Amino acid sequence: MTVTTITDAELQPKDYASDQEVRWCPGCGDYAILKAVHKAMAEVGARRERTVVVSGIGCAARFPYYMSTYGFHTIHGRAPAIATGIKLANPELDVWVMTGDGDGLSIGGNHMLHVLRRNVDLQIVLFNNEIYGLTKGQYSPTSRRGTKSPSTPRGSVDYPVSACAFALGSGARFVARSVDTLQAHLVGVLQRAHAHRGASFVEVFQNCVVFNDGAFENFTAKDGAADTQLHVEHGKPLIFGARRDRGLRLTPGKLELEVVTLSEGGVTPADLVVHDETNRGLAHLLVALEPPGFPVALGVIYCNPAPSFEALVHAQAGAAGAGRPTPDLAELLMAKEGTWTVR
Amino acid sequence: MASTTTSPARESRDSVVIRFAGDSGDGMQVTGGRFTIETALAGNDLTTFPDYPAEIRAPAGTTYGVSAFQIHFGAVDVMTPGDQVDVLVAMNPAALKVDLKDLRVGGTVVVDLGAFTERNLAKAGFKTNPLEDGSLAQYQVLKLDVTKLTLDAVKESGLHSREAHRCRNMWALGLMLWMYGRDREATVGWLKQKFAGRPELAQANVAALNAGHAYGETAEMSEYGVGYTVRRAPVAAGVYRTVSGTEAIAWGLLAGLRAAGLERMIFAGYPITPASVLLHTLAGLGRYGVITFQAEDEISAIGAAVGAAYAGALGVTSTSGPGMALKTEMLGLAIATELPLVVVNSQRAGPSTGMPTKAEQSDLLQAVHGRNADAPLAVLAAATATDCFDVAIEAVRLATKYMTPVILLSDAFLAHAAEPWRIPDLDRLPRFPVRFRTEPAGFHPFLRDPETLARAWARPGTPGLEHRIGGLEKDYDTGHISYDPENHARMTRARAEKIAGIANDIPLQTVAVGTDHGAVAVVGWGSTYGAIHQAVRRARHDGVDASHIHLRYLSPFPRNLGELLKRFDRVLVPELNNGQLVQLLRATYLVPAEGLNKVQGKPFKVSEIAEAIR
Ligand SMILES: Cc1ncc(C[n+]2csc(CCOP(=O)(O)OP(=O)(O)O)c2C)c(N)n1
Ligand code: SF4
Ligand SMILES: [Mg+2]
Repeated sequence: MTVTTITDAELQPKDYASDQEVRWCPGCGDYAILKAVHKAMAEVGARRERTVVVSGIGCAARFPYYMSTYGFHTIHGRAPAIATGIKLANPELDVWVMTGDGDGLSIGGNHMLHVLRRNVDLQIVLFNNEIYGLTKGQYSPTSRRGTKSPSTPRGSVDYPVSACAFALGSGARFVARSVDTLQAHLVGVLQRAHAHRGASFVEVFQNCVVFNDGAFENFTAKDGAADTQLHVEHGKPLIFGARRDRGLRLTPGKLELEVVTLSEGGVTPADLVVHDETNRGLAHLLVALEPPGFPVALGVIYCNPAPSFEALVHAQAGAAGAGRPTPDLAELLMAKEGTWTVR
Repeated sequence: MASTTTSPARESRDSVVIRFAGDSGDGMQVTGGRFTIETALAGNDLTTFPDYPAEIRAPAGTTYGVSAFQIHFGAVDVMTPGDQVDVLVAMNPAALKVDLKDLRVGGTVVVDLGAFTERNLAKAGFKTNPLEDGSLAQYQVLKLDVTKLTLDAVKESGLHSREAHRCRNMWALGLMLWMYGRDREATVGWLKQKFAGRPELAQANVAALNAGHAYGETAEMSEYGVGYTVRRAPVAAGVYRTVSGTEAIAWGLLAGLRAAGLERMIFAGYPITPASVLLHTLAGLGRYGVITFQAEDEISAIGAAVGAAYAGALGVTSTSGPGMALKTEMLGLAIATELPLVVVNSQRAGPSTGMPTKAEQSDLLQAVHGRNADAPLAVLAAATATDCFDVAIEAVRLATKYMTPVILLSDAFLAHAAEPWRIPDLDRLPRFPVRFRTEPAGFHPFLRDPETLARAWARPGTPGLEHRIGGLEKDYDTGHISYDPENHARMTRARAEKIAGIANDIPLQTVAVGTDHGAVAVVGWGSTYGAIHQAVRRARHDGVDASHIHLRYLSPFPRNLGELLKRFDRVLVPELNNGQLVQLLRATYLVPAEGLNKVQGKPFKVSEIAEAIR
């Protein structure tokens, strides 16, 4: 291995790629996410030696091997726990968690809940393909009802979890969504996630060409995407549609969003809800929107920073004297009452 | 304290076992703890054993709500909490019911008459009053109305009757301190400090303590003639304190952190009896470089410790029984990624939830073998509360030097048992500074030290050493993922050889008592040390050619162990489990070792082992 002497600013997206052959199925959405992460890292000037990519198990979780940064491919569902330990040990590190819908919301659901509520400063990217890819196509906790899979040949009967609703419910302070095929959008969202201090949760709709191909076609197909996607932006009204003539407003007298068409029935842009990233209630309404009646909300849905867990822990430890030259252990052993001397 | 009456002459005793027993709400642990300190200050050697119920607030007066604290102290080397109790302080009928069976014939029982009401007798399940039906005929019974004497003593403080009633334990303590000629200054100071915010409570407790003491001092007690002296134990010069196994592990880990030259320890745990106290102890010691993390479960706790190790800190996690089961998969990851990690297991009776507050040694096979696949790691066990300090340091040394998880086996007994400890000169403790890899030339993450076979520890943040590790098998020569069959065999061997090689870096097995050959080797590990030690001494005294061999290293075993065992005609292995070390010894050395097993949630009695040796 040779010593790298290029400065961070000069790093190109390809510099974040490792020399390992990428082994996802051809056409897998994971390729696009990898590319977007490389790009986002170049954009933010991430320093490779300070960056750690942690993952659990799954197709998505192979991610660290394809990065030239530090990386830890751990065990199924537990990446948030390991990432928490890394941040506690060294808060200076820039830590990403790459996870799947099974990894992050099934076996690792409990850790996800706690890492979000604690607000550990991590970028958590959940690759949602609504399927267990690596274990060959069983349905996952995000699979829609009726999903036929090797373990549910007659269709799944249980209700899926919404990744973003889960994140919000867990107390996440940054929740965003994007799609593998929306490269520029995804890069932007990842940059925002990186800029946010605290736990940033990004759900990426990812196509598994082999076991769940086209799962998101209903809102990601190129034609019609304008009518089925709502790209939210802080401070801007919630408008969508190919002609930018549709929008969301609060149903009068109800805590509900409804789709309206501008200039129909006297609706003006002023009637529409203006996106406010810091409004948790609005975020809950947005993540619940589903086709066919509604567009799917994409972008930064919620961002309301607060001090991160490891920062608070270290501040407290610092206040208690940690980080100063190690005090004398002998003092600790001697200090407590109840010592006696035998001569 | 000035006294107008002359005390009867005190009798001398070599060693004494006292058990304070009462309801969970009676403050028996505090009473025992204070008696311990005063006894240590009086220069006796001692061992203590708290025995408290799993229920936090068991209904008052019931047998399952009984909390006890036993102390064995003496002028001689004291190594166990004592087989039989000399003095039982029973604060209510339930305590008498539960604990009387351990009182030796002819022993003394002190009861609080005031608590022997119809109701309490019924709650404890007595059909007739044991104080009246002759069932205590073989003991000396001191029937004292501790309740009334306490209430009288604290009257002036103006406490509510409930609070006044709660001073009974201090009265009993005062009496026992008198009985053994102990000071009570330290306790008075402690009470004043503890109740600094409520001076009336401090005053009442001190008054009760003094009243109990005065009761003994005055003629009222002399009819029983029960004042004793216990000479100081002959101990090495130095500064001493009492230490529990938990404290010793906490401080040992801190000393290990220092010895390894690491900046920070991340100690992660999830509350579980009896391991939580270690988390509590370290939580207050941030100043010494430890950051504690109460995780959402034991998996997350060990995960955080593994993450911390990856990031270049000392990662430690601690748990017991069921929690250990949850950590299994992550241990496999730490083994596969060859990261240093210390896992403290305070063993308790199982399986499953078992008996949470009771000690057992039944996680040995789990520690040594209990993971999927060939997954070797190092296993150490502490013998005594003070030994916990050295073993914790050793765990840190082996973990960091060999880049491996180390399981430190303690148990519910050691967690709470306390004994006097000569505070070591910290500057003379071993140092084993970690050298992180910084040199990029020729680096890959599974580059091994030719001697220890430990892989390089490269911290994130180090330029030029960016690398990826994980649970997938890796190529021996590059560290990249590899499914090559030969490579897997080679890596499996390398992992095994690395752990086996530790045997060259640990002391040869010595004999704790006796000679290195003979009729019987009594081989133990963990907290049974004291009982085995005494039993072997007793056997030798009786002319049996027995030796005591006590193992600190359970994986790998010391390299001379097999040869040593083969020099005995008989190998007896007492364990608080159904036969685990005995299996390992038989399997490893083909010696006809036989087990002596006890699984009652209680320590061995010296006599139980002594009998088996014969
Ligand atoms: C403890 C454990 N249980 C089960 C598995 C098998 N397993 C590996 S990946 C996986 C599911 C992965 O699904 P997801 O997280 O959605 O990732 P994807 O492959 O779809 O990217 C399962 C069940 C495992 N590796 N470990
Ligand atoms: S199985 Fe699906 S998710 Fe996994 S690599 Fe193949 S396409 Fe991608
Ligand atoms: Mg998936």
